[in-house]
Amino acid sequence: MYQAKLLAASLWVALWVIAPGAGAFASDTRGEVALARDTWSASEIDVLASLRLSQLPAAPLDPSNAVESSPAAIDLGRRLFNDVRFSQNQAVSCATCHDAKKQFQDGLPLGRGVGTGARRTMPIVGSGHSPWLFWDGRKDSVWAQALGPLEDAAEHGGNRTRYAQLIQQHYRADYEAIFRAMPDLTRLPPNAGPAGTPAERAAWGAMDATAQREVSRVFANMGKVIAAFEKTLVHGETRFDRYAEALVRRDAGAQRVLAPQEVEGLRIFIGKGQCVTCHNGPLLTDQHFHNTGVPQRDATRPDRGRAAAIVKVRADEFNCLGPFSDAKAEQCQELRFMATDDASMEGAFKTPSLRNVSLRPPYMHAGQLSSIEEVIAHYVRAPAATVGHTELAHGDPGHTERKPIRLSGPEMKALAAFLETLSGPIVERAAAAPAPQSRPAQAGLQLGQPR
Amino acid sequence: MFTAHDEEVSSDALAQRSLAMHRYLSAVSAVLTVLLTTACAAPPADLNLDLTQATAEKKFVVTLQPPATPAAINQIHSWKIKVASPAGAPIAHARIAVDGGMPQHGHGLPTRPQVTPDLVDGTYLLEGMKFSMTGWWEIKLAIQSAEGADKVTFNTVVATPTAAP
Repeated sequence: MYQAKLLAASLWVALWVIAPGAGAFASDTRGEVALARDTWSASEIDVLASLRLSQLPAAPLDPSNAVESSPAAIDLGRRLFNDVRFSQNQAVSCATCHDAKKQFQDGLPLGRGVGTGARRTMPIVGSGHSPWLFWDGRKDSVWAQALGPLEDAAEHGGNRTRYAQLIQQHYRADYEAIFRAMPDLTRLPPNAGPAGTPAERAAWGAMDATAQREVSRVFANMGKVIAAFEKTLVHGETRFDRYAEALVRRDAGAQRVLAPQEVEGLRIFIGKGQCVTCHNGPLLTDQHFHNTGVPQRDATRPDRGRAAAIVKVRADEFNCLGPFSDAKAEQCQELRFMATDDASMEGAFKTPSLRNVSLRPPYMHAGQLSSIEEVIAHYVRAPAATVGHTELAHGDPGHTERKPIRLSGPEMKALAAFLETLSGPIVERAAAAPAPQSRPAQAGLQLGQPR
Repeated sequence: MFTAHDEEVSSDALAQRSLAMHRYLSAVSAVLTVLLTTACAAPPADLNLDLTQATAEKKFVVTLQPPATPAAINQIHSWKIKVASPAGAPIAHARIAVDGGMPQHGHGLPTRPQVTPDLVDGTYLLEGMKFSMTGWWEIKLAIQSAEGADKVTFNTVVATPTAAP
């Protein structure tokens, strides 16, 4: 069957190559001859077509979050996302680092909340498509991810009992309209949590298991409504998408939406630059983890990336299999079948989406590289990794199966020019539940226009 | 879905036609190779894509059955595995370990698939499969049963879907 498919594909490609005028998409139905400026092979068009935004289905429903499609949850989540009271210094909200005016990130090498973090703030748009969240994938859902910064000493720096009290004080009716009644918090310590200061941890340890579970459930529900809001944020169409759509329609004129240098960059992106190997699909990410030898920000404290996160996500009480998840165990496939002993995960970090990438310097997991040009130069230079082994080839045969990436100066410039065509708006789609397996309508408020 | 072996085609005429087709295919695949070496290395032209294979030491004959609709990139899905003796008798109660990856990229499977330990008639369920990119993937099975231990490697090529408006 596979052979039959291969034969069919081969014949199709052969026809394309043999057909006179193939590659210069010629006549249209009105008999005019419109020669296309750009020539692509059929298999290249297949690759370009696979990157179009129109090919992105709606983010899958998260079985561990029963409220993610609820308009009330989305609305409460939006308010919590922007509420600075949920922080140790009353000045930090999710929106502090995930700024709607900056593609929901902060433009800083390291995130800055109540303190300075260890990694680069990630853009949250499209995160509902990721099975693993954060640069190292130490969380397995958007809602579990949203809880991490709330308890992190360098980010919001708050604690669970304090957050539960804030919900009760300011959002009780909204909360109880979505979830069950708030637990009785009157006899609980004002500041207690398992991830806080020594005093907060001691106070948490002194609480009984039922009180801990009730407070943790309120905390988990905060994550679930924030995730419901975050999942309404989707990418809008880019110039690249318009180009690829025109190409697939064989609409020669519309191909001019990209300049020749940008088209050259696109050719490098899917060709000798090997970018599309990992930056694949409509979000231009394989959602996986790779070691590409990015230099450590702090050589004295090397970051092991994914390798160190596997134990964390397994042990996370907020994971898909945990007591606060709404999923049945058999629905937690990613966690159940997670690769746990893959040596290549040492020093590996998540492939980020390249949508809006040009609007988001600096780059890499700790903002080590300040410009797109530096990033491209890094892949050409392909330095050895200080932790684990880089997947990039640097010419020594036998070390890796990949071919080295060899680009001239003008080719590197063309690639950078192409990446700018991946900039587009960020759209908050209407609160209605997304139809399964179809892309959400992109009506709604436009939150971030590309520069 | 189960591929028949070429040896089963006995008629001379058929064999000649098959040879001609093979030559044509080789020519076409040479063109294909040139076209596909853009982003990454194309799978070898002589890749054995048979879904029924004898194990390395010929202790078993193993058949892989892919999902009815090919899984999308990054979608977790299941395959079925049939294990039989060389004579065709189903092998029950085997333990099967799974490994694999992309030989041309030097990485393993993105997940750790597992095989249900016990299913009727020598049929097993291979759960947790995922392909994170297009190209040539290997699926390696290590089979252990009362009849002995043996290994087999299957190849599968995950293709980019044909462009459609």
